[in-house]
Amino acid sequence: MIESIAQQPILAALIAMVGLGILFGALLGYAAEKFKVEGDPIVEQIDELLPQTQCGQCGFPGCKPYAESIASGDAINKCPPGGQSTINAIANLLDVPAPELDAEHGEEADLRTVAYIREDECIGCTKCIQACPVDAILGAAKLMHTVIADECTGCDLCVEPCPVDCIDMLPLTEGLKQWHWPAPQNQLDVIASDRSGFEAPSNEGRAA
Amino acid sequence: MQEFAIILVSSILINNYVLVQFLGLCPFMGVSNKLESAIGMSAATTFVLTLTAMVSYIVDVMVLMPLGLIYLRTIAFILVIAAVVQFTKMFIEKTSPLLYRVLGVFLPLITTNCAVLGVALQNASKDLNFMESSLYGFGAGAGFSLVLIFFSAMRERLAAADIPAPFEGAAIAMITAGLMSLAFMGFSGLV
Repeated sequence: MIESIAQQPILAALIAMVGLGILFGALLGYAAEKFKVEGDPIVEQIDELLPQTQCGQCGFPGCKPYAESIASGDAINKCPPGGQSTINAIANLLDVPAPELDAEHGEEADLRTVAYIREDECIGCTKCIQACPVDAILGAAKLMHTVIADECTGCDLCVEPCPVDCIDMLPLTEGLKQWHWPAPQNQLDVIASDRSGFEAPSNEGRAA
Repeated sequence: MQEFAIILVSSILINNYVLVQFLGLCPFMGVSNKLESAIGMSAATTFVLTLTAMVSYIVDVMVLMPLGLIYLRTIAFILVIAAVVQFTKMFIEKTSPLLYRVLGVFLPLITTNCAVLGVALQNASKDLNFMESSLYGFGAGAGFSLVLIFFSAMRERLAAADIPAPFEGAAIAMITAGLMSLAFMGFSGLV
């Protein structure tokens, strides 16, 4: 069999190359099935770092779409609710330099706020319910609405649609539930490293 | 056993594919900016080189030789390399998405790394057995990894060095590579 094919060089070359092509194609097809990547794992990791307020201040309909956009190369500084700490965390994950928060998309709030509906003024139009990205507003048509304070992410999206302006953004009162130890102020690396952002302690006091 | 050691020493140090035979210089210059990505690239290339040496040996002995098609070696081996690289790409995408992102375009470019084709063709012309040719492949990968990692470590240091303006960037990298190459020439005659 082999000898008879080898007698005809052109036929032999054709059979060999086509055969190899089919063989490798089949193996790659099998490997593509076996090593199939479900979704984009990078997107999942970025999405976990974002604050999940679904506020849309970045210009995307929610945190997941923004995570997808970052994974395909968008700027990482468009998330005001997350603030600088989120930018740093994403920069660390993707191994890129951390930029300042983009002022175009809003400023980082000093205090966490929560929406509050002045209930006797509410006319029950349901517009704020439709605007809320996290379903934190309870109520029905022509009935008073109210905000579930624990669910509210303080994204401001319900303030704009309210026709009677009865929604206030109140600073979140600090109770036992929310209180935590303040973060250490001086986050200087004790071990000298070549990472960017490292600043040597000033010697002014000692030099004098 | 001793001859296996000789094969490894000869392919890693004496006939180093990058610094002595000057094959595979593209990733050597392209991926050596950061130590971390250099290590990833080294692992991927070693994997590809070893697997290519094995598969191309099988293709050579079981398909090309019986059919008298030795003149088709180059094309057949390129087919093998393309398939192996594609497989490696899928494997890395699944196992380490971050490394996949870091390596970027250099991963599919292993296909055009001439060290890979060089190893396959040299193995075929040397008349080796299966074990020897896979060892040559692995040795070539180990040698590539060695110099790539050394070189990227040096370049990370060079980034902080005070270099005269005309030598900045690629120029100093080329000079460094040339000096490393001179140093590796010193291994000739070791075995």
